[in-house]
Parts: sequence; structure tokens; C-alpha cells
Amino acid sequence: MRKLREFIIEKLVLLCGLASIFFVVLIFLFLLREGFAVFTTISPSAFLAGKSWYPISEPPLLGILPLILGSLVVTLGAALISIPIGVGCAIYIAEIAPKRLKEILKAGIELLAAIPSVVLGFIGMVTLVPLVKTVFHLPTGLTALSGSIMLAFMAMPTIVSIAEDALYSIPKTYKEGALAMGATHWQAIWRVMLRAASSGILAAIMLGIGRVIGETMAVMMITGNAAVLPHSLFVPVRTLTATIAAEMGEAVIGSEHYFALFAIGIVLFVISFAINVTADLFLHKRQ
Amino acid sequence: MNPYRTQRIAFTLLFMANALILLLVGFVVAVIVQKGLPAITWQFLSDIPRQGMRAGGIFPAIVGTLYLVAGAIVFALPLGLLAAIYLSEYAKDNLLTRLIKLSIVNLAGVPSVVYGLFGLALFVVFFKFGVSILSGSLTLGIMILPLIITASREALESVPQSFREVSLSLGASKWQTIQHIVLPNAIPGILTGTILGLGRAAGETAPILFTVAAFYLPQLPGSIFDQAMALPYHLYVISTQVPNVDEKIRYGTAFVLLALVLFMNLIAIIIRYKFRMKKKW
Amino acid sequence: MVIFTIDGLDIRFGSARVLRGVSMEVFAHEILTVIGPSGSGKTTFLRMLNRMNDLQPNFRMSGTVALEGKDIRKMDVEVLRRKVGTVFALPLPLPLSIFDNVAYGPRMHGLRNRNKLSTRVEESLQAAYLWDEVKDRLHESAFKLSGGQQQRLCIARTLAVEPEVILFDEPCSGLDPISTAKVEDAMIKLKQRYTLILVTNNVKQAARVGDRTAFFLDGEMIEIDKTDKIFTAPRDGRTDDYIRGRFG
Repeated sequence: MRKLREFIIEKLVLLCGLASIFFVVLIFLFLLREGFAVFTTISPSAFLAGKSWYPISEPPLLGILPLILGSLVVTLGAALISIPIGVGCAIYIAEIAPKRLKEILKAGIELLAAIPSVVLGFIGMVTLVPLVKTVFHLPTGLTALSGSIMLAFMAMPTIVSIAEDALYSIPKTYKEGALAMGATHWQAIWRVMLRAASSGILAAIMLGIGRVIGETMAVMMITGNAAVLPHSLFVPVRTLTATIAAEMGEAVIGSEHYFALFAIGIVLFVISFAINVTADLFLHKRQ
Repeated sequence: MNPYRTQRIAFTLLFMANALILLLVGFVVAVIVQKGLPAITWQFLSDIPRQGMRAGGIFPAIVGTLYLVAGAIVFALPLGLLAAIYLSEYAKDNLLTRLIKLSIVNLAGVPSVVYGLFGLALFVVFFKFGVSILSGSLTLGIMILPLIITASREALESVPQSFREVSLSLGASKWQTIQHIVLPNAIPGILTGTILGLGRAAGETAPILFTVAAFYLPQLPGSIFDQAMALPYHLYVISTQVPNVDEKIRYGTAFVLLALVLFMNLIAIIIRYKFRMKKKW
Repeated sequence: MVIFTIDGLDIRFGSARVLRGVSMEVFAHEILTVIGPSGSGKTTFLRMLNRMNDLQPNFRMSGTVALEGKDIRKMDVEVLRRKVGTVFALPLPLPLSIFDNVAYGPRMHGLRNRNKLSTRVEESLQAAYLWDEVKDRLHESAFKLSGGQQQRLCIARTLAVEPEVILFDEPCSGLDPISTAKVEDAMIKLKQRYTLILVTNNVKQAARVGDRTAFFLDGEMIEIDKTDKIFTAPRDGRTDDYIRGRFG
């Protein structure tokens, strides 16, 4: 009797463990199911490289290049800002900050991680956007630049915590060896520790970028939602994520527009899958 | 240049980077508190939106959020906890386990709007649950599943292996050991993870956009098949879709949402702290 | 009467061979001490007797181990572990009260009645010579006891499931001489009701306590005999060397 119970429980927890694989596959399958239908009306290359996104015109123009570039521009901008600052913060917290300060900084970063993205989008809308407009003398502050700044801010917790972990897990002997040879603390960090933690830091950056690419609400509220090819950082853009969020409400279920939005979902899923798998490889590569 | 000079410059720059982030975080919270707190009256919290959401309160949104979060946890906690038990207590070091862990990492990284699409396709359309609390909760539940699994697994793994050995050597079965020794000592960690998951679910907008969120619903939802309003979506709507909403109401809504999420995080941290103090081994 | 019959026991963890061709018998109501340098396989041997090695990954064995004639691999492992209990090297109380520590085993085996549990707990603590010291604070945390007391608590805990054999894995290694003496005293008196197998790094302890002694080296059992014979006139030169401290 007890044997039977043990057996059932063992199979039950196994099933629950397999659920994660099940859900990943299920998500991909359903995205494919609804998204692939768009490729009956338009070829994948026309979809991915098409320069015009006018889904409600007759016939609908479903080229997502402006959206891809929108996401790309915002992400690149965010990466340029967040990587140096984020890794810098991680170094400071892991190596330099005195204990009290370290606790405060970590708490601050955790606080930032907890703020919902719609709240940050709202604050960005009422503070950052007007600021960008005035400082850069633009017709509107709803630009890729505003998005980049806000997303860089939002990527901080991811980058900082993973990079910090990477720095922590370096064996102490690396640093002590460098110091014993007369290096200053900074030289030890810059020349030895960063190199030793490089795969972990790279993973941190990748996951931070993944976070940025996947962000929806904040970008929707501050990048302007203009689905045109961006030619600089100072113009309104539309990201892949914002497109889905903004247009799904109006798309008729079963229409080409509907399928196209799911196809964008496939693109996003594939990108985040690739980033996550690669970052995971880097995290496990560390010896 | 003198290496000590370089070091001083570098350390100062790094300190400033940190200070910048900290100041910005403080600024965001301060602005919301300063401009949102004045809006918080009992009426604001308990009244329905009026005049096209330009006046009145946010009660249905608060209730909707609470329903959604409760539903998400009802789905995610049992499933997540059992999955964590599998990973911590039963799984062997093989390819299947690696795949499961990889899947969890992936689920954690899927963009929230893709979860929204998935919820729409699976729950709203395929299962025909329609735009409802049920669809929304299930979507949120899957989204926070990786969080629950990871936190629970860490809590379970932190129970010393020696306890399990002792229990088994006395002739207890594996499940008895889990039930009487491992789980009870992992509960604080599991609780912390669960509450953090609740906080996350409460603040998310994209997954509920097409699965449950109602633009304007003055009466409270009557069943899980009804639509509902929710705080994050409400904030989005009154900031971008409805013109001329009083600034106070916008900040007030942001304040309530932020306060709710931060409050849950605070409770989780307190539990984690008290447990660390109390730990007997 | 023979309690354990071990025949041609070979144990591997992955590709590492830890025990080789061990064959011997264990008699009822004796104290068998197992000595040998670290790495000789004595702990692996001990853990085999109640299948605690099953918990290790890549564990493989050949040969047979029989408890009262029954192959232990064919027995229900929970029944086996009730009959063959373990006291570990470090005192390992469960994070429970003193009472609950001792009552844990019986509870897991289905004993619920409050009165019977109390009696069982008291008897076990008496048999481990701990009762007088804890009888007024049974509901305090077990972590409040001293190291020696905790170890006797672990003995009581094992006694509470009413085993036939008790395995001791270097039980005094973390204890001071006075606590060690108390544990050794307890062991000698326990012999009347149980069979004891004691793995120890302390050769003198084996001489004090053991009825028979087995000497392990590099995964093989070199010899096994009455303790006074092993210590005065061992058959094998290596046994003699080890006992005299020439290596190990």
C-alpha cells in the first residue's frame, strides 16, 4: 500500500517537472499555429524584410522591418547605456563598496526590479519624455532615445545581479595572486577578475538585452509608436513588442492582421529563446 | 599615469554610477509618493470610476487585480512546488533534468506580451474560456511558474542533506522524509518565492491585455468567466487612452499599484530575514 | 546464531572499485569492530548493511548480503533499515524537540498512540543512558544538548524503532574523552539486546569494546577474529603493522 503511494507520488512530481518542457513547447506550437497562417498570403522574406507596416490597409502591408529596426535601435541604445553602467555597478558592489553601502545598493537595485513596467512607463511619460524634448530641441520627446534610456534603467537589476554573482564566484586566489604581485586593487579587478568572470558577465549582458527586447509597456508609452523605418535615435519608433500590444485589441480574430501579430510573436519567441539558451551556456561554461 | 591615481578615478566613477542608479530609483518612488499620496482617500479606493474614468475611484481595478493574482497562485503554486520537489529530491543528473532546467530558464525569459498572445490563443480562443479572469489567471500563472519553481527549489535544496540521510536510515520512506522533514524546513523560502511571484503577477500588463482586461467595467466580476479591470491596465488606459484625466488620479493609481507590489515584496523580505535569524542549523 | 552473511561483496562507485571480495559472518549479540586506515572501504561496507549506499549515484554491487538468511536487496528497504539502524559520526539531531527526535522513527512506522509513543521514547532514552539528563525538558530543541548528549540522543532515536542490529560509524570522533567513555559504556550494555557493528579509526577503542575485530585495507578484508587474538597474535603482517601504528 505504501509502495503504491510512493510510486504514484514519484510519477506525479515527474509529471509536474515535465510541465515546464511541456509549456515551452506548447507556447511555441500555438504561436506557430496562429502565426504561420500569415505565410499563406505573404512570403517569410517579404514579411521580415518588408519596409511597410500598414496592416489595416487594403490589401494589408505586412513588412516588419520597421518594427525590427525599431526594436534594434532602442535595444542598441539601451545596451550602450546599460552595459558600462550596469557592469560598473556590479564591480563596485562586489568588490569596492563597504558592507553597509553594499546592502543599501543591493536593496535599491531590488527595489528597482520590483517596480512594475507600466509604472515606469508612466513616470517616463511624464518626466523623461518632456526632458528629452527640451534638452534635444525635438518636436516630440516620444523617441527611441527616451525608450533606450528607460530600458537601460530597467535592465540594471538583471545585469547587476548576474554580473555580481559572476564576480563573487571567482576563486579568491585570483585576486590575491594579483595583489601579491604588487597590483593595486583596481588593477587586480581590471586585469584579472573581469577576465576571469567574463563568461558570467557576458551572460549578464545577454540576459539584460533579452529583458530589453521583451519589454512592452514602458516602450509603448514612451517611444511614440510610429511604425516607420527609424533614421536616428531622435525619432518615434515602434518595437515588435509594442506592435503586438497596441494592435491586437483591434485585430479581428482570424484575420491576416491577427496572424501577422502572432508571426511577430514567433520572431520574439525565437529571439528570446536564442538569447536564453546562449546565456545559459555561458553561465554553465564557467569553471 | 600613477596606478593609484587611476584607481581613485575608476572607483569614483563607479561610485557615481551606483549613486546615479540609486538616486533615480529614489526619484521615481518619491515622485509617485509625493503626487500620488494626496489622491489616496477612502473614496478613491472604494468607489468605481466615474465620468469616463476622469473621477471617482479604482475599486474594481483593485478587486480585479486581487482576483487575478489569487487565481495565478492557485494554479502556479501546487504545480511549481511539485516540479521543484521533483528537481530537488528525485531528479537524476541526466539529459532530461538538463532539459527541464533549460525550459524553466526559457519560460522565465519569454517576453510578457508573448505570454499574452499565448493566453489568447490557448485559453481565450482554443479552450473557449473567452476574455475572462480564468484566462487571465492561467496566463499569469504560467508566467510566474519559473519564479515559483526556482525559489522553491532553492529552499528545498538548502535543507541539509544529513537530515534526509538520518530520516531514511530510520526506515522512513522518501516521501515521508520530504513530507515531514524537508518541506516543513523549506516553507519560509517557498513562501518568500510565492509572495514575490504574487507581486510580479500583480504588476504585469501585457499578459492580461487580451486575456482578461476590461476597459471599463463598473460592476465587479461575478464569476471566473467574467472580464475584469486590473490596476496595471487601468494605469495604462488612463495615462494613454483617456485624455484629460486628472493628474492626481493617474498618480494615485500608480501609487496604489506600486504600494501593493512593494508591500508584497517587503513581506517576502521580512519572512526571509526572520527565517534566517531563527534557523536552528 | 548468524545475523549477517556476506559473500563475495564487491562495490563500485562509477569506475572506482571500493570493496573487493569481502566474505564474512556477523554473530548475534556481539560487538564487531571494523578497523583500518581511511579509504580502506570500512564505511562503505557498513553502509551496505542497511543499503544506505543506494543513495549514492553510480553505486553498483555484486555478491550477496543476507540478513537472517534473506537477501537484503530483495527486502523492502524500509523494513531493512528499521531492523538495521545507524548512528553516524557526527551527532545529527533532527530540527525537532528531544521527544520528537526519538519519536520520529516510530511515528513514521505507524505508531500514533500518545501513550505508547511516550513509553517508547522513555525506554529508548533510558537504554541510551540519557533519560535522567533530559526527562524534564523533552520538549526543548535537541540542539540545546551538548555534543555527547546529542550523540546519545541519536542512539536513543535508533533504538526507538526496535532494531536488531545497530551500526556505529565512528560515533565518538567528534566527542571528548568523557562523552566517549559514556558512549562506549552504553554500547557494551546494549550488546545484551542488540548486535553492534562499530567502525572506528581508534584502534584502542576497538580493543576496549570489540568482541571480534575485522581489519580492512584497500577495499579488502584482511582478517577477522576474536579481538584479543587480533591484538596479540594477528595472522597477517599488515594487521600487525596497522595495530602497532606503523602506518595508517
